[in-house]
Amino acid sequence: MEETRVLDLGPVGKTLAYILLIALSVSMVLPFLWMISTSLKPPPEVIAWPPNLIPRAPTWENYIGLFKAAAFDRFFLNSIIVSLLSTISIVFTSALAGFVFSKFRFPFRDLLFLLVLMTAMVPLEVYILPLYVQMVKLKWLNSYQGLVAPYLIMSFGIFFMRQNIGHSIPDELIDAARIDGASDWRIFRTMILPLSTAAMSALAIFAFMQAWAAFIWPLLVVKQQGMYTMELGLGLFQNRFTIEFGLISAGSVVSFLPVLVVFLLFRRNIVRGITLTGLKGT
Amino acid sequence: MATSDLQAMAVPQARLSRRWLGISQQQLGQYAFCYIALLPILAVYAFIRIIPILQSFWFSLHEMKLFGQSMEFIGVQNFVQLAGDDLFRAALKNTTLYAVGTVAGSVVLGLALAVILASGIRGSSVFELLYFIPVITPWVPVSIAWKWIYDPTIGLLNYLLSFVGIPPHGWLLYPDTALWAIIVMSIWKGIGYNMVIFLVGIRAIPVDYYESANIDGASQWNSFRHITLPLLKPITLYVLVISTINAFNVFTPVYVMTTGSQGAPGSSVRVLVYDMYENAFRYFRMGYASGEALILFLIILFLTLIQFRVIRTEE
Repeated sequence: MEETRVLDLGPVGKTLAYILLIALSVSMVLPFLWMISTSLKPPPEVIAWPPNLIPRAPTWENYIGLFKAAAFDRFFLNSIIVSLLSTISIVFTSALAGFVFSKFRFPFRDLLFLLVLMTAMVPLEVYILPLYVQMVKLKWLNSYQGLVAPYLIMSFGIFFMRQNIGHSIPDELIDAARIDGASDWRIFRTMILPLSTAAMSALAIFAFMQAWAAFIWPLLVVKQQGMYTMELGLGLFQNRFTIEFGLISAGSVVSFLPVLVVFLLFRRNIVRGITLTGLKGT
Repeated sequence: MATSDLQAMAVPQARLSRRWLGISQQQLGQYAFCYIALLPILAVYAFIRIIPILQSFWFSLHEMKLFGQSMEFIGVQNFVQLAGDDLFRAALKNTTLYAVGTVAGSVVLGLALAVILASGIRGSSVFELLYFIPVITPWVPVSIAWKWIYDPTIGLLNYLLSFVGIPPHGWLLYPDTALWAIIVMSIWKGIGYNMVIFLVGIRAIPVDYYESANIDGASQWNSFRHITLPLLKPITLYVLVISTINAFNVFTPVYVMTTGSQGAPGSSVRVLVYDMYENAFRYFRMGYASGEALILFLIILFLTLIQFRVIRTEE
């Protein structure tokens, strides 16, 4: 017997469903394939009409051009630095706060946790102007610390790690370590961290993708090209090079390929993390 | 098990002997650890979340020159001005339209796809994977890709439409289609997310429900209406609220797709965050722009409260 299901489509319905699903799949990947294809075309072929999906004479010249036309290698490096800093900070602070909130009782615990959760409901766009003014006062414009500042902590990360540590690490284990004379800090380092690597890697992927995709914040705090991130460089240059589709396509491919690779490698973690925490990819 | 319980009872007792205000020394040590661990984290919270959030309320009541070099308290003057500001009103209207269109489209299609994929489709995990790719891709490359799909001269959309005899159109250039073009792209990007969340809900519904409905002679439409939909209500609400909040914050696709060489997007695609950005960074009216931020906050607060309220009545 086949598995029972929500809907019994019947043979005709099923055929239609497959046609629909496949058509939709094509529409989901076509823009990306189109972009990859354009990035491999020499300039005259890019604007050829009618367009062809498979490049007739594939070339890397657009990718090489990225470094000549603008310092996209620098933008890429900046994105990596900012995303890594954000990831390390978010994973560490979330694990530590998650441990404290799930395994200890102390005065004002629930109040502090509520504070953390409440700020999660306020999107960056609401307080972005005062945050920008702070950066101006600190002279943090055009700097890595300025770029990474809003991405140092993540409320949902703390919530996620609290759930995870609370459910997956038994209190008896922690008590036993205490009896053996381990300090709380030592318990965190030698027991909590190694036992929550699965949750931490899900969070890490997430934090990385979030910082990588940031656009409005870099747009505000960075004015010097040397500090552009990949997304900012692309977003601004696509206006300046409106005719150089090949070049911008190559830049876009370089910007989304790392995300795509990470997603394909860790897709189970990502999808689970997203459904558990309600976080949105970008 | 028994030994560790015994140990757990025996050893802390030895330490309980020294007390301070009725709190054991061990307990005090734990409090110290908690506060020392949380202090730097909460300091960062104060610095990048709590203070800026409070400041945005404060700023909105002021007339500010540049970035706070001079501030003058003007009460609710900014809000009075906003109420009569045509660009702001257009932005509010467009953002609402964008939110309603995007959310309705991506939730309905996400639900439909989830139902189909849960109906014994082979390779459903492959479809799930493919539909999720747009979700994880950052907005900038997505917007660039779609900008060319909509391009009037070399765009893929016009090319495909030419087969059915529809003449080329500058989808992003004309006020009557620009916002809709962005809505369609956002639906495309959001379907996969909603679908995955709905699938989690649908797969948690016990199969017996459908079997007994089937035995009772219920039609499929009736099973869907009376079993699937009511049981998915909390998830639907959650998806609706999260997607609406996200939609109200839209900025990147509008910026990338419509700020061309001619400068600002026309009033047909101006959205709230864009208007705020322009007031703050083109006209240097921080206080006024903060007023807009506060209105955005109130919209989001309202949506969040609806969600809490409905969840509470459910319980």
